[in-house]
Amino acid sequence: MMPADRPLSPHLQIYKPQLTSLLSITHRATGLAVSVGTVLLLWWLIAAAAGDAAYATTQAFWGSWIGILLLLGWSYSLFYHLCNGIRHLAWDTGHGFDIATTYRSGWTVVGASVVLTLVAWVIGIIVLGQQP
Amino acid sequence: MSARAGMRSPLGRAVGVGSAKEGVQHWWMQRVTAVALVPLTLWFVVALIAHIGARRAIVVAWLGSPFVAIAMVLLLIATFYHMALGIEAVIEDYVHSELLKISALILNRLAAIVLGAAGIFAVLRIALGS
Repeated sequence: MMPADRPLSPHLQIYKPQLTSLLSITHRATGLAVSVGTVLLLWWLIAAAAGDAAYATTQAFWGSWIGILLLLGWSYSLFYHLCNGIRHLAWDTGHGFDIATTYRSGWTVVGASVVLTLVAWVIGIIVLGQQP
Repeated sequence: MSARAGMRSPLGRAVGVGSAKEGVQHWWMQRVTAVALVPLTLWFVVALIAHIGARRAIVVAWLGSPFVAIAMVLLLIATFYHMALGIEAVIEDYVHSELLKISALILNRLAAIVLGAAGIFAVLRIALGS
């Protein structure tokens, strides 16, 4: 087939990054990140069922700085995906598509995901501190 | 309308064709699992942070309570269902080789079932006392 002699649509890297497009790709990226983290957490769950030796290995991993860093990243990714997912559910009802609202809901997602991550860690650490 | 349309009416040709029947299944189940995951994950993240550094006895006691065990099983089902649908969309968007794409799609579905089953078994084993 002869290539059509008409201008190509500009590629993604030509566009100036916008909040809307960045949040969109971040939704997908955090979805994948949460998936990877979930598989790692499954290892923790299975180890808890398997016995003391297996559990000690996972505990050493999750207690290390890389484990805590991964958990932080996993929880932030999850909260981002959750907040932006709710934004998607609102869009599914046909609401919030005008540019002003899209930006407002977008910044709300950014703020809420950070706040929820902080709150979850504060509550989680308080509960952890109350354990025998 | 073509002269070779034959005996079938336009409606007869249209019924059962098109995406309005099963085509929405992927989209719909993604929404259903998403709604289920909102309360389940909010609960789980906090509970997880509180338990991941804990001794095994504490984790086992926690998972042993009926509420936690049932919530965990529901969470596992919704998570791996939702995860399979999401990764499926990513594979369909970015993997262009037909053989690789079909292989990845099958592997993705099977992995979700295997991982989900393993997780549910682990919860049940703890909850029902090995």
